[in-house]
Amino acid sequence: MSEDNYPDDLRYHDQHDWARLEGDEHAVFGITWYAQDSLGEVVFYDPPEVGGTIDKDASYAEVESVKAVSDVIAPMSGEIVAVNDALEDTPEKINQDPYGEGWLVKVRLTAPQEAEGLLDAGEYRKLLEN
Amino acid sequence: MSDLRRTPLYEQYVELGAKVVPFAGWEMPVTYEGIREEHSAVRRHVGMFDVSHMGEVEVEGPGALAFLQLLLSNDIAKLEIGGAQYSCLCAEDGGVLDDLFAYRLGGDRYLIVTNAANHGTDLAWLGRWSRSFDVIVRDVADRYAMLAVQGPHARAVLGRALGIELPPRMRVAPVRVGNRPALVCGTGYTGEDGVELLLDPEVAIPIWVELLDAGVVPCGLGARDTLRLEVCFPLHGHELTPDRNPIEAGLGWCCAEATGFLGSQAVARARAEGTPERLAPFLIEGAGIPRDGNPVLAGEERVGIVTSGTFAPSLERGAGLAYVRADLAEPGTELAIDVRGKRRAARVASKPLYGNPPHRKAS
Repeated sequence: MSEDNYPDDLRYHDQHDWARLEGDEHAVFGITWYAQDSLGEVVFYDPPEVGGTIDKDASYAEVESVKAVSDVIAPMSGEIVAVNDALEDTPEKINQDPYGEGWLVKVRLTAPQEAEGLLDAGEYRKLLEN
Repeated sequence: MSDLRRTPLYEQYVELGAKVVPFAGWEMPVTYEGIREEHSAVRRHVGMFDVSHMGEVEVEGPGALAFLQLLLSNDIAKLEIGGAQYSCLCAEDGGVLDDLFAYRLGGDRYLIVTNAANHGTDLAWLGRWSRSFDVIVRDVADRYAMLAVQGPHARAVLGRALGIELPPRMRVAPVRVGNRPALVCGTGYTGEDGVELLLDPEVAIPIWVELLDAGVVPCGLGARDTLRLEVCFPLHGHELTPDRNPIEAGLGWCCAEATGFLGSQAVARARAEGTPERLAPFLIEGAGIPRDGNPVLAGEERVGIVTSGTFAPSLERGAGLAYVRADLAEPGTELAIDVRGKRRAARVASKPLYGNPPHRKAS
């Protein structure tokens, strides 16, 4: 998508990652419109292993454009229950649909209360403006 | 960052929405619409690059030939008026200070085009050695804007848009562009046909706009880098440095040691004895994108280092150039690249990575 877009139903991490809470225990993670736009055309995404654990604020994967590598930061902590394997063949989905088909991992949350420390769409937009 | 320089076309980048970054002391566009699109425009049609950050030095006088014969690695005596020749500028120990094109504009008049990052040190080096020759070395970088117009349709589109005769490959011709004197050079850095225009900075914007209107795709330095890497052209600061000699870089073909150029003894020795490492192009066999600085492995042993690595758009896989132990530089050799801790299988390939018949047909 060519226009910036930050859905209201997501929570945002200031390192340009989003979390979509699914019930009390699960969440899906991805990178924001701003992150994919800064990176440029994504040509490679190497998904982490299902079953691995990820820690809030730490890198859990990398996305690469032609000329750059970017760490993907976990907005919350948890155990990976699913990864978006389709991105191995079509990493450009991360650019085209960063909140939909461009999702990166699904996680069983180990600290659901971490969501309270994340930004809402309005706060994230403000962060980008500064 | 306020001391970054801008080319005459800077405002065009901004107008076109380019991603602009600092490069060699200049604010330069990495990409306008996307590196892959720009790369593909040059491979299939025609693209243009503002390379006005590159430096120009004029060397003139009765001693010009003898002077350049001492400074440049190639045999400049073979360069006819209107000819272009690629050379290394070497230190006495054979280390590569810069790589450059020399154009012979007249009997005793040459123009050399330097890499932006090296322009100042090149000038100082040339100036220092010029004292014992009857020659004038002039920094003329401010006199020229430089546009590289590259791609299979470059000549047709450019000839039509500007109404000028274009010189063949490896030739240079004086022309008038925008009613000002200009030089057209049959050279480039993409592996495609095309020319480089040295223009009066005053006419850079109107000519750029005219070419845009003619359908030439504006391209940034990102695509310039992926294009050159696919055809294995070395980049100074990566494959070429003062710590490497032209032989290990695979540039023995532009070194004529018999001329006695500065560094020729070291180059002759490297050619005769071989070098511990050699520059080798490689392709990643599966997933992964190699990057500058990644270690090269054979088994568990570290046997080299990647000097340029990227996703190669025309090959649709990771590719790069690496210095590896000389016995491992043969095409077909299986190696691995340590990409931030992940081992990626790679194979040494022959030059160029792109442009061998199978790829030509595929595109």
